[in-house]
Amino acid sequence: MSEKLLEVKGLHVNYGAIEAIKGIDLYVNKGEVVTILGANGAGKTTTLRTISGLLKSSAGSIIFDGKEITQIPAHEIVSLGMSHSPEGRRVFGTLSVEENLMMGAYSLKKYDATTLDWIYEILPRLHERKKQLAGTLSGGEQQMLAIGRAIMSKPKLLILDEPSLGLAPVLVKVIFKAIKEISKSGVTVLLVEQNAKAALKLANRGYVLELGKITHSGSSEELLNSEMIQEAYLGKKK
Amino acid sequence: MDIFLQQMVNGLTIGSLYALVALGYTMVYGVMRLINFAHGDLVAFSAFIGLSVYAQIFGESVTSLIAVITVFVFTAAIVAFVGVLLERLAYRPLRTAPRLSAVVSALGAGLVIQNSVMLIWGPNMKIFPSNLFPATIWEIGGIVITFTQVMILGLSSVLMVGLYFFIHQTKIGTAIRAVAIDQDAAKLMGINVNRIVMIIFIIGSSLGAVAGLFIGTYYRGVTFDMGWMYGLNAFVAAIMGGIGNIPGAMLGGLLLGLFNAMITGYISTQWAETFTFVLLIAILVFRPTGILGETVAEKV
Repeated sequence: MSEKLLEVKGLHVNYGAIEAIKGIDLYVNKGEVVTILGANGAGKTTTLRTISGLLKSSAGSIIFDGKEITQIPAHEIVSLGMSHSPEGRRVFGTLSVEENLMMGAYSLKKYDATTLDWIYEILPRLHERKKQLAGTLSGGEQQMLAIGRAIMSKPKLLILDEPSLGLAPVLVKVIFKAIKEISKSGVTVLLVEQNAKAALKLANRGYVLELGKITHSGSSEELLNSEMIQEAYLGKKK
Repeated sequence: MDIFLQQMVNGLTIGSLYALVALGYTMVYGVMRLINFAHGDLVAFSAFIGLSVYAQIFGESVTSLIAVITVFVFTAAIVAFVGVLLERLAYRPLRTAPRLSAVVSALGAGLVIQNSVMLIWGPNMKIFPSNLFPATIWEIGGIVITFTQVMILGLSSVLMVGLYFFIHQTKIGTAIRAVAIDQDAAKLMGINVNRIVMIIFIIGSSLGAVAGLFIGTYYRGVTFDMGWMYGLNAFVAAIMGGIGNIPGAMLGGLLLGLFNAMITGYISTQWAETFTFVLLIAILVFRPTGILGETVAEKV
């Protein structure tokens, strides 16, 4: 069996009195693309934000690259090799594209020129706009920037939260092609998506999250062929 | 015409002081969305610290350039430390609290600093030594410029240009801007937000310390409660330029200084502050984002 890069065990997360995540277990092997599917409010973003340290869990453990990271603050987790591109892109609007990418490499002593060139190669639009302020980019370009920025830290694990949200189909294709390239380069990917079909096509395995609990898991093929998934997430009628 | 040019010089001098103080307000606001109302009192505190440092190290002896530099550096370091302490004790515990709590805490911290100054140095006006800077005066075409004014204009410009380059050209400076835009996203880049906040307080307090010392050397008399008025003026300057905007604070400070000097020169000294606040109201009504505030549209 391959080695586990990320392992989440018995994770619980509370928002005040409300329990948003009710004890989930999941793992991501080195080199895999794993996707988490689920409806709005199922707890996907909460799960990711807890893994990357932005939220504190109330119980459970998160092990990354053999290290317990449950109590480690978000900014330190980045230098361990985890990078999280958040929901809604969250690019720095009044910074230029290039400055945004440089911030992605903040945890490194010096940014890696090869990585930067590679990002410009797989997302050439960013190169064209490198001097432009990120806030003036289109939604799709901002998403490209959010992904590029996340890989500037040369992560082992890239976490992507809804990279296709609100994008035109042609841009969704560009984004998914870039994710595929990133995965091919050896980066492990944990992907949360509304676009279940595209996500499962790309992923090796998937989890289905419903109201804070994992209800299904399996290989992408199993999930694609499962009747329940087809009905609930792929829009097929019985 | 002579009055106009003379008031230009005076206005730019006071304006530089306002700008230095306004930078402290605007940087803290930019990163924490908090008006640090204790900042003005920190400026007053700096003037008194400066006096004590001067008395401790040099007694009443003749001053030299080395002495002046020492006083400035020591004072800035002490005030920066107090600024960092202020953030740790009064603001950090309230980081996630409603903003009103933090503002009340800021007002309280200001009172603590002001009263501490009064208890340590007494309630009476203290006089700055007159020999800190040479008493040289230049007269150019009927306009009088003092050595102190040249020092204020010169050093303030250097500090402001330096700060601008630091914020825009360095990795830490860019990180400061990133934290000001989106703290969570900044954390995901590996930026330690607490460390950035600390740096902000070090820079803001040091600039405030320089302003406090200049207020002492320029006006000579300093009182424990003077921070309130300087703070309020600088706050108006920060709003004028667009709160949270660094070049805005510099511009706002200089414009407010000029405005103040013109009112003083052509109307009356007594009315200067009244007009300052009339100006503030006008800005808030007609251009609430300030002169340079929010010129770039951000897509969500």
